[in-house]
Amino acid sequence: MTTVADAPPTALVEPPAKPRKKRGRFTPYWLLLPGLLWLVVFFALPMLYQASTSVQTGSLEKGYEVTWHFQTYLDALGEYWPQFLRSVLYAGIATVLCLLLGYPLAYLIAFKAGRWRNLVLILVIAPFFTSFLIRTLAWKTILADGGWVVGSLDALHILDVTSWIGLTEGDRVLATPLAVVCGLTYNFLPFMILPLYTSLERIDGRLHEAAGDLYARPFTTFRRVTFPLSLPGVVSGTLLTFIPASGDYVNAQLLGSTSEKMVGNVIQSQFLTVLDYPTAAALSFILMAAILIMVTLYIRRAGTEDLV
Amino acid sequence: MTDTTRGDVRLSGISKTYGSFTAVHPLDLTVPQGSFFALLGASGCGKTTTLRMIAGLEDPSSGTVHLGDQDVTSLPPYKRPVNTVFQSYALFPHLDIFENIAFGLRRRGVKSVKKQVGEMLDLVQLGDHARKKPHQLSGGQQQRVAVARALINHPKVLLLDEPLGALDLKLRRQMQLELKRIQTEVGITFVHVTHDQEEAMTMADQVAVMNAGRVEQLGSPADLYENPHSTFVANFLGTSNLITTEVAAMDGDRLVVKAGDAKLSLPTARTSADTRTGGKVLLGIRPEKIALTHADEAGTIPEGRNRITGKIAQSSFIGVSTQYVIDSPVCDAFEVYAQNVERDGRLTPGAEVVLHWNPEHSFGLDAAQSLLAGTAEAAGTEDEVTA
Repeated sequence: MTTVADAPPTALVEPPAKPRKKRGRFTPYWLLLPGLLWLVVFFALPMLYQASTSVQTGSLEKGYEVTWHFQTYLDALGEYWPQFLRSVLYAGIATVLCLLLGYPLAYLIAFKAGRWRNLVLILVIAPFFTSFLIRTLAWKTILADGGWVVGSLDALHILDVTSWIGLTEGDRVLATPLAVVCGLTYNFLPFMILPLYTSLERIDGRLHEAAGDLYARPFTTFRRVTFPLSLPGVVSGTLLTFIPASGDYVNAQLLGSTSEKMVGNVIQSQFLTVLDYPTAAALSFILMAAILIMVTLYIRRAGTEDLV
Repeated sequence: MTDTTRGDVRLSGISKTYGSFTAVHPLDLTVPQGSFFALLGASGCGKTTTLRMIAGLEDPSSGTVHLGDQDVTSLPPYKRPVNTVFQSYALFPHLDIFENIAFGLRRRGVKSVKKQVGEMLDLVQLGDHARKKPHQLSGGQQQRVAVARALINHPKVLLLDEPLGALDLKLRRQMQLELKRIQTEVGITFVHVTHDQEEAMTMADQVAVMNAGRVEQLGSPADLYENPHSTFVANFLGTSNLITTEVAAMDGDRLVVKAGDAKLSLPTARTSADTRTGGKVLLGIRPEKIALTHADEAGTIPEGRNRITGKIAQSSFIGVSTQYVIDSPVCDAFEVYAQNVERDGRLTPGAEVVLHWNPEHSFGLDAAQSLLAGTAEAAGTEDEVTA
């Protein structure tokens, strides 16, 4: 309190420009500090810890120590590559399905919903008010054997098609790849719709009119104007869907069987059941590297820096 | 007339209503082929709606749109041989200038796109910018791209929706001349929507003045200016002094009217009002048509001129001319623009003066209208009412 009382006279004596300038120079760093500390404590340090774990050897009884044993990575990859592939495949199919389901809906909200726009947007986000686990468990009921969903799919011979592709087996949906993909699609759909909506909504409606005025039919307008302009949303939507979906283990755990295990399930069981920490850590890093490489290639290819 | 109707734009009984609001009242309009036609009016007068109905971007509530002999009323925009330069240009941000201009050609599957786009880039002097994106260009350059993108399709009609609204004054002047040059060069019918009366007058061959969803008057810029048929047109195009008068007598092709104790005359041919004796007529006169003479020299004014006495309330010197506001018993803010040729030093505020003008320059209007229609004050009060 005394410092506050003392401050005004000194401020009057000193030229006011100097301290203001000084304070201004450090302000960005002060503002950065809380976030930076958070990142260091909860991201950088755990990452370092995991990195060191991945190159340790030993056992639970004798304790682990860093021996730079990179063989763990090769062993993990050699043993669990089917799960890796499956993760990429399931996440990929779910992402494509999300895009196919989400794009028309986002388009509808952005251009056709009118005064219903906010209501529909709230409906898109509404599932988040319930726990992820509960909603996934609900799918277990929905896709249960003998339920009306499976019954109708069977009656419509859709199950014949999916089992021919290899997505289902017999007249079951639960504990098949289809169930896992459905769960992933359902759970990550809002992450696709929201960025798509944001980028579609930003498109100036007059561009549609201009395209129509320049002899583009409605579909051509979509192909040449609307879709290219919504690409930033497509890219961020697919990333927001694919990245978490490929690391997900809840859907495969609840809706799949042992033959639908994804890499997330392996990591989870290595950490919590098998207690093989080095392998689990190595698997995590391999997954991270794989996603980073795929995402980098994808963004390079989409070339979205050029857009807008 | 029949041989020139090939490319005319004909609007017959066209109207547009939104719920209970009528944006455009049933309207008949013919834009002759090859002309530069302006739709002039304040914002919200229905001019843009009319333009959009020609483009097909708005469905008329009634009436038909003909392009030449073809009824295009039910055609979607992409099937109409009409192109639009949008108010905000609406250039495709993801395409470069070349592709923006080529858009229409590619949609119609035209060959020799490269050659045509090259020529069009030269016409609008943007040859060096072909591979730039729209946001890398200045406002004036974007505007030229918008014109080029529309013109390259050789439309029957080019529609321009306030295309110069976003430009600064100097650039706007330059683009007005540029557009006029392009129009003369390509000979395509231009329909230009604007709220800027000066822009409409400098560019257009014919102007339709719109007010509250109706065409108030149609004619050449000079005709509209010299011979307005309503107080709205008289006030919206330039400035007019309007005096409420009473018809005293008919004298051949002259109408003699009384305002206070002043006797004025005007040609009946220039009167769009009831001219029975005793009826009310608004006599209008443009500020630059009036001469000012100091009251001491009233005797030097030739006979046969309309004259009114008054007192100078304000004078402002603006270089080319001096603008006076004069208090007179018949009209309390008479505006007079006097060329600065030989300035009389006595014409300062407070001086008694005689205003006089050639009766031929007067025009007569129906006195039942608001004196303020089309002025800034009227626009202000209307805005307050709607708000």
